[in-house]
Amino acid sequence: MLNINNGASKLKREILVRLAKLQLEGNLEDGVHYIPREMAPRNADPFRCCVYHDREVLRMRVIARLGHSVEDYDDEKKLAEYAREALAREKPTEPMLTVLDEACNACVRAHYMVTNACQACVARPCMMNCPKKCIEITGGRAHIDPEACVNCGLCMQNCPYHAIIKIPVPCEEACPVGAISKDENGKERIDYDKCTFCGACMRECPFGAMMDKSQLIDVIKKLMDGKKVVAMYAPAIAAQFRAQGGQLEAAFAKAGFAKTYEVAVGADITADKEAHEFEERMDRGDVLMTTSCCPAYVRAVHIHVPELNSCVSDTRSPMHYTAALARQNDPDAVTVFIGPCLAKRKEGIDDPNVDYVLSAEDVGALFVAKGIDIGECEPVVLDIIPTTSGRNFARSGGVAEAVRVRVKNPDRLRPAVINGLDAAGMKQLALYGKAAAEGKPCEANLVEVMACHGGCIAGPSVITNAKVAAIQLEKYAATGKK
Amino acid sequence: MSEKIKVVICSGTACFVMGASDILLLEESLSPELRSRVEIEGATCLGMCRESERGKAPYVTINGELMSQATLPKVLARIQELVDA
Repeated sequence: MLNINNGASKLKREILVRLAKLQLEGNLEDGVHYIPREMAPRNADPFRCCVYHDREVLRMRVIARLGHSVEDYDDEKKLAEYAREALAREKPTEPMLTVLDEACNACVRAHYMVTNACQACVARPCMMNCPKKCIEITGGRAHIDPEACVNCGLCMQNCPYHAIIKIPVPCEEACPVGAISKDENGKERIDYDKCTFCGACMRECPFGAMMDKSQLIDVIKKLMDGKKVVAMYAPAIAAQFRAQGGQLEAAFAKAGFAKTYEVAVGADITADKEAHEFEERMDRGDVLMTTSCCPAYVRAVHIHVPELNSCVSDTRSPMHYTAALARQNDPDAVTVFIGPCLAKRKEGIDDPNVDYVLSAEDVGALFVAKGIDIGECEPVVLDIIPTTSGRNFARSGGVAEAVRVRVKNPDRLRPAVINGLDAAGMKQLALYGKAAAEGKPCEANLVEVMACHGGCIAGPSVITNAKVAAIQLEKYAATGKK
Repeated sequence: MSEKIKVVICSGTACFVMGASDILLLEESLSPELRSRVEIEGATCLGMCRESERGKAPYVTINGELMSQATLPKVLARIQELVDA
């Protein structure tokens, strides 16, 4: 897995901070033009052939941070114009992802390659095992005929020198549902009928070519217009920053939000309802129930494992209940969910109570642009303290545990956890789907599924590595209600 | 050289946004012999991010010497240099 703090993600965050600063100074339209030049100055070591190419790619990254798709990129159109359109926009736009295919050129189609570790041995297991007979030994080395090769990988598996390697396309390899492939021009294309918006491609692309479209400009605009804007932060966000209880709330207030809700409050509602629903379903003889708080998982079921549809709990997500509460308290307020997740951007656009969705990166950039240091904020007293188990929704196993502590008879519950919807996770899911379709009881009767390995604290739009985030989540959860 | 090398890692918001959490894994990344030679301290905002001439976040100080755009490998390399000197 690619480290969440890498060169590409740092570029993204620097752009966000620069945009937020310009907008807060009232200088976005004039200033945005200079961002690529400032980030790739003439004397800098270029990532690509030259600083001019770097600047052009940075321009596209800026466009995505402004919340636009880059697919219809026009190199004549000024960044100021893109900024103007962003400021005039009333709603975020679909799809949630956009592909910087200028960066995709670097990836050739996935294939197997013979390295110079090849000894042209006498046994020649690569040749012997190749079902297409497309390997020959010439000049003291094995050669694969790329036209005939079907990428089965048997040569690699059988080479005693480990001389054959697979050159993958990282985004395609990361996608658990086969939604990404190269078109005839070698550019990556996402099939949105298959995509679950898990964000794995975004996390794994070493060129940062898979981009979410930020809504930070939209939110800052509402704040600057003096609208009543409320922040709803996911438990995983509390694990992203070094903060004591009440300090995040203080930081949001400083940033201009009128009110802040912990989404862990909604998580408590979800857990209560889910525990109740579990009991009902078991009473009526259901084989199993799965959780429903991870939107990438729910979408994965709808599209790829429909047999499991009836087993997904009807209970809504913590974001949904928190947003409903916020809307009920302030019907006119602008509601902003803040989380670590790409799929929540999709869930948010489909939920009338959620106006905007920001990522940990977005909100971090807002704090930096405003010069807010969370550790220096005077903590505010919280009016509602959610439970420890509600705050633990952000880690794998946390949701199943929250249900377990709520059911009347915990002995009845046999929990299982799918920790990450990678290819293996999708296989596990298919097995549960089969059991459900056949009505056969399986070992587990409550299945918690999180699309990200480790849970939301390891989401695709986080800023803190998962190990440190897990420690910070533990501290945050420990101060919850018992 | 018996004195410990003191590493202060800024955990302010600006540093965290630019990846300071990775540097907090310093202790587990040190070899056992180095671990006894290094003293690690997490700090609240050191205030460096407010002075543009100080370079970019994240910031670390090693024996009082400021490192900007710090990364775990950069910090490890500097510690090794100091130990070897």
